[in-house]
Amino acid sequence: MAVRDYIRQRFFPHLWCPGCGHGIVMNGLIRAIDHMAIPKNDIVMVSGIGCSSRITGYVDVHTLHTLHGRALAFAAGVKLSRPELRVIVPMGDGDALSIGGNHFIHAARRNMDITAIVMNNRIYGMTGGQFSPLSGSGTQASTAPFGNIDPAFDVVSLAKAAGAGFVARSTTYHVTEMIDLLKQAISHRGFSVVEILSQCPTYFGKHNGMESAVDMMENFRKNTKSLGKIPEGYSEDKVLRGVFVNENRPEYCQEYERIIASAMKGET
Amino acid sequence: MTESLAFMQGNEVCVEAALYAGLDFFAGYPITPSTEIAEHLARRLPSIGGKYIQMEDEIASVCAIVGASLTGHKVMTATSGPGFSLMQEGLGFAVMAEIPMVLVNVQRGGPSTGLPTGPAQGDVMQARWGTHGDHAMIVLTASGHQDLFSVTVEAFNLAETYRTPVILLLDEVVGHMRERVMIPEKNQIPVIDRLRTSVKAGVDYHPYLPREDGRLPMSDFGGEHRYNVTGLYHDMWGFPSTNPKVVHGLIRHLTDKIRHHAMEISRVKEYHLEDARTVMISYGSSARSALHVVNHRRARGERIGLLELQTLWPFPYSLVAEKCENARLIVVVEMNLGQMLLQVKRAVRHPDRVMLANRVDGVLITPSDIQSILRLIQGKGV
Amino acid sequence: MKKILKDIRINKAWCKGCGICVHFCPGKVLEMDENDKANARYPELCICCMMCELRCPDLAIEVISDDESTDEVSS
Ligand SMILES: Cc1ncc(C[n+]2csc(CCOP(=O)(O)OP(=O)(O)O)c2C)c(N)n1
Ligand code: SF4
Ligand code: SF4
Ligand code: SF4
Repeated sequence: MAVRDYIRQRFFPHLWCPGCGHGIVMNGLIRAIDHMAIPKNDIVMVSGIGCSSRITGYVDVHTLHTLHGRALAFAAGVKLSRPELRVIVPMGDGDALSIGGNHFIHAARRNMDITAIVMNNRIYGMTGGQFSPLSGSGTQASTAPFGNIDPAFDVVSLAKAAGAGFVARSTTYHVTEMIDLLKQAISHRGFSVVEILSQCPTYFGKHNGMESAVDMMENFRKNTKSLGKIPEGYSEDKVLRGVFVNENRPEYCQEYERIIASAMKGET
Repeated sequence: MTESLAFMQGNEVCVEAALYAGLDFFAGYPITPSTEIAEHLARRLPSIGGKYIQMEDEIASVCAIVGASLTGHKVMTATSGPGFSLMQEGLGFAVMAEIPMVLVNVQRGGPSTGLPTGPAQGDVMQARWGTHGDHAMIVLTASGHQDLFSVTVEAFNLAETYRTPVILLLDEVVGHMRERVMIPEKNQIPVIDRLRTSVKAGVDYHPYLPREDGRLPMSDFGGEHRYNVTGLYHDMWGFPSTNPKVVHGLIRHLTDKIRHHAMEISRVKEYHLEDARTVMISYGSSARSALHVVNHRRARGERIGLLELQTLWPFPYSLVAEKCENARLIVVVEMNLGQMLLQVKRAVRHPDRVMLANRVDGVLITPSDIQSILRLIQGKGV
Repeated sequence: MKKILKDIRINKAWCKGCGICVHFCPGKVLEMDENDKANARYPELCICCMMCELRCPDLAIEVISDDESTDEVSS
């Protein structure tokens, strides 16, 4: 199918700012779904609140636009109640890891077959440029007028430690890699996390000396490195991209089927 | 299922009734005095092919049942005071997105962690107004196990009929006491199932366009119709809108769909009200003590009666006014500082005749407590 | 197999002029027009890498080449 068959065309042009990376993530996600030929009726997309969460309005699948930080909790109900559906949860960095941090680690621990996408622009876009738990110390934001002293999470390490079966990272510059990682994440049987570095030129860029989306994507190009291309003794301070975890762990809904089977037999 | 006699805790009655009504998905987080509901369902649900999940907190619990309701399931969560506070944002989402669900709050003493094991009825107003913004809410309660059974089934029926969350506001005494209950045969109490759309695939389906009778047929997530669900003001397809007409229409719809059916939703029990000069009004475990007092005083010839409320919200103002028409004295019996008292005063012709008999120390208000308060009031010659 | 360009379609109503496609085009095919919208100035230089289409945040570009459906990704 063509890209336009996956979107709700009447809402285009969309509301994201010129150059906003969230549009590139949506673009890549649509390609991934299309390559995998998943029927639209089999997909439920659940989002929270934020610029990133607007994505559910645009993609023509079953869409659930929920509360700030709570998307994964709603998604757990959707998935466990109908495990045959594919559940995809795009979130902002504040959405996923600040207000939604508890749901994030528990979703990873449970390992329910849900694909979580962290659209990490390192800022609160929707509310106008306050720092997020991914901004990192030394950055500038509207609520850090003297510079940010809040250290950042490492999404990959966090997801890994919490037990996610699949953990990967890419950027909006590395689009073919992003599509490939999204496909792997969606096919993975378990909780998968794809962190995608995304640009918010309007706030993060403006506050931090990057005037345009192009500058910010150039930054992703220069300051990240693919895991597969790391030479021995590599010590440069670059953000790594690629697949960090890919392991099969017991999937929650399948485990629950076992519970049902023994409960029905009257075993305890 | 044939009719059967059982002897069990209120929380377990609630579980059996929920299953009778078709519950097949529960998400929750343990908290006294509601925990037995989760414990029983963890065992009972998988044995009938349903799903139970213990979430990371109450916020996640209410969100999870909304998700499961959208895939076509009958859902419930159960909690108490602190957890109920945490659920308010999700509850508001369910109001806005018109999600059928049942939320059980087995009340304990508050505010804060309060009295985990002591009875109280202090969440009456929170149940009505806990989530932000104008909205309507259906809140039911019961004082004994047989009623608890039918009221729980009714909670599910109303949730489906009006596409709305329904709160079952129990209290510690009812939740934990044990008494006889007759589990009815299948179909003895009517069970209302979800109204699903008959719109065919490929035809424009409007998830948020009420039919003539006000009901909104649903389509399960995963089905033929792809639409949007949001907590923002939205149009008839579920897409966000800030159009003043749409916004106004939706808030009106959300409140009117319940307000206009207040009489049908309202459940009360009447004891000796025909000629009562003293009318007691109570609900939940307090109503048990009040009834005791009424029976005792009736036996001695006093014209006293009891109006027991099972629907707390929407509050049955006109019915209360009518029942109190000839009363010289109206006594509201509740375990809080007068939350229902305010409503009764608003309802009746002579608010100055309305008195409060209460107890707020974590101990059930007893018949003798009520007797002493009545003697005090009557001695003053009200 | 080498792809041969048939058309670069730019939906000017959706293009927000961010310049991402122009900046990263390996063949220097694209430019911004007088209305600050992307424009395929030198289609003959296009190598059909699809990068502009995939990187456009506004889904405003379609690169159509002869051997495939428009939405195929080279990876
Ligand atoms: C409970 C609650 N608190 C705060 C907000 C306000 N709010 C809306 S979006 C947002 C942050 C958005 O940032 P992020 O999640 O990183 O997504 P982005 O907008 O950058 O894509 C905040 C704080 C809210 N809607 N709900
Ligand atoms: S404010 Fe930032 S995140 Fe939000 S749409 Fe604009 S560029 Fe994107
Ligand atoms: S990337 Fe898209 S929106 Fe940006 S200038 Fe090119 S066509 Fe326009
Ligand atoms: S397909 Fe590649 S070469 Fe052709 S215009 Fe797009 S980016 Fe440039």
